[in-house]
Amino acid sequence: MNNILNQIGIENYIFLSVLLFCIGVFGVLYRRNAIIVLMSIEIMLNAVNLLFVAFSTYHQDAEGQIFVFFSMAVAAAEVAVGLAILVSIFRNLGSIDIDNLKNLKG
Amino acid sequence: METNLALLLLLSPFVGFLFNTFFGKKISKGIAGVIGTLTVLFSFLITICFFTQLIQSGKNFEISLFDWISVGNLQIDFGIVLDQLSLLWLLFVTGIGTLIHVYSISYMHEDENMAKFFAYLNLFIFFMITLVIGNNLLVMFIGWEGVGLCSYLLIGFWYKNQAYNDAAKKAFIMNRIGDLGFLIGIFILAAQFSTLNYSEIQLAIASGKVNTTALGIAALCLFIGATGKSAQMPLYTWLPDAMAGPTPVSALIHAATMVTAGIFMITRLNFLFDLTPEIQNVIAIVGVITAVLAASIGLLQNDIKKVLAYSTVSQLGLMFLALGMGAYTVAVFHVITHAFFKACLFLGSGSVIHALHGEQDMRNMGGLRKVMPVTFWTMLISTLAIAGIFPFAGFWSKDEILLAAFEHNKILWFLASVASIMTAFYMFRLMYLTFFREFRGTEEQRKHLHESPALITMPLVVLALLATIGGIINLPGSFWLNHYLEPVLATKHHAHSLGTQEFMLMGVALAGAIIGIVWAYAKYLKQGFVPKEDDAISGFNKIIYNKYYIDEVYTALVVSPINAISNFSRETIEPQLSKLIFSLGTAANAIGSQGRKLQNGNIGLYLFMFVLGICAIIIYLFIAQ
Repeated sequence: MNNILNQIGIENYIFLSVLLFCIGVFGVLYRRNAIIVLMSIEIMLNAVNLLFVAFSTYHQDAEGQIFVFFSMAVAAAEVAVGLAILVSIFRNLGSIDIDNLKNLKG
Repeated sequence: METNLALLLLLSPFVGFLFNTFFGKKISKGIAGVIGTLTVLFSFLITICFFTQLIQSGKNFEISLFDWISVGNLQIDFGIVLDQLSLLWLLFVTGIGTLIHVYSISYMHEDENMAKFFAYLNLFIFFMITLVIGNNLLVMFIGWEGVGLCSYLLIGFWYKNQAYNDAAKKAFIMNRIGDLGFLIGIFILAAQFSTLNYSEIQLAIASGKVNTTALGIAALCLFIGATGKSAQMPLYTWLPDAMAGPTPVSALIHAATMVTAGIFMITRLNFLFDLTPEIQNVIAIVGVITAVLAASIGLLQNDIKKVLAYSTVSQLGLMFLALGMGAYTVAVFHVITHAFFKACLFLGSGSVIHALHGEQDMRNMGGLRKVMPVTFWTMLISTLAIAGIFPFAGFWSKDEILLAAFEHNKILWFLASVASIMTAFYMFRLMYLTFFREFRGTEEQRKHLHESPALITMPLVVLALLATIGGIINLPGSFWLNHYLEPVLATKHHAHSLGTQEFMLMGVALAGAIIGIVWAYAKYLKQGFVPKEDDAISGFNKIIYNKYYIDEVYTALVVSPINAISNFSRETIEPQLSKLIFSLGTAANAIGSQGRKLQNGNIGLYLFMFVLGICAIIIYLFIAQ
């Protein structure tokens, strides 16, 4: 495992992770399709997971990897619920453009 | 067996109360009345059983029903005691109670709420029995509060008349002032002795280690309680107003039973009051002042029931005088004879009011002697008894009070004698105005004049008989009551031997009563004087007629300031406060209406805010480190 880190270096993992996270953020901010918003959130989550794993290897400590399992499980549940809600919204409104979803106006 | 009987004695009127409360509307009025009467009669019969047993064996019956309150070292049981004193009280409470229930069946038969009336009367008897039967002060306090409640309910029984409601409230509030004193007295005793049981307190006092200052304060507080319940200065003003209630109520509660609760309590705690001679002096002085003051007010009242009410206050004053002199048996003796003749007088006045369809002003009566012979004769006997004419019951008991006063202090004796003369005067004034000369009412009333039915006259006859021979229980020479009560009194009250001085004093008392009667005879029968109209009264008479303006003084000193404070609070403080509270609400509302603009339902905006928040957190973390 150390070999991989020796070959590529921890900084590169951090840069990749930040890049992925920023892609996720901009996806959430700029796209109007709810499914793509959900996908962008997944990208952000995975950026964090990548960082977890990289540092776990770097510190020779398995805790980070265990956390990743948890966050993957939570993400899977979240996606399941989120998609179910989207399906229901689509059936009711015929659209999943988030600009149209204004029924929760206070 | 005895426990069950005692419980039956206590609960029988309560069963009557429950029955008349829940089924009163469904049964006819007569049945409601009969059931109400029977439950009380039942208690009376059980009391007689216990009484004969006590006379034969001389043994008290005391039992603790259950542990009631147990805090730290303070132990209070819910217990009952049937000893000489409580049985004596039970005898006349349930006995006279039964007679008055019988009377009420006829008196209230036209009232739509007759079942309710009997329910209240039964509840009253229940609480009165509780008051008397308890073996500690807290059980007595339950009864004490309960009879106050029933008194309130029954004074305001004809609730559609606002004046009657006000009278009921007045009685309740005045009683509450006294009750507070009573409660504080109980607290002090509980703190001193860690018990409220009478015999345990007596033991603790007898053992000697007591704080006399604390006991003095406790005795004074208890006496304040007694002034409230037994209508003494300065809390007596509720009793005359309490005449707003139906007449049987006045006879039962406001003459014979409830108002004697204060005397019962002080006699019960005689060992406590014996230790505090200063408080005894206060009791004697308050008693004699009340006796004279109330008797003088009674001289000029025109409402037949008001005269009797002031007479009751005055007689209660004499009883407190006796208590203050340590002559407990004499006070108890007068309580009993007074219960007989005053109940009879009230029931008689009720019979007159019944015949005149609610007329209570004696200026509109007169000449009823021929129409209502039974009422007349029974009332005459009771009047002779209350005036202290030989050989009626009142003579013996009042004479003993005067004797005790003469030995104690000549001024007290003189004032008590003055009160007795005035009593004789105003009572015969009442008789002459009501029963003699010509009828002064309307023609309509004259046509309907009638003697009352047997259910009304029967109790009158029984009570008049008792008022005649009631003195027998403590005749000089035998002094049965003195010996009977000896076990419950800490210090023995020595009976008077019959010497020259005693006979002389009896003669003086009798002469005083006759002076009063002759005075009334000359003024109201011979000259046929009829009291003037209200606005024609002037001078000192007007002051007396208006009861020395004591109600007005109380209004000025207590009621008006309280009203002023209430009005100030309502009109000034409350609007300011509510403005302040309201402005808080308005502010929250304004902030909220700005805040809800953020909740515009645009998910894009939410997400943007979300990212902005994360950025803020990250920036903060970088700066912080």
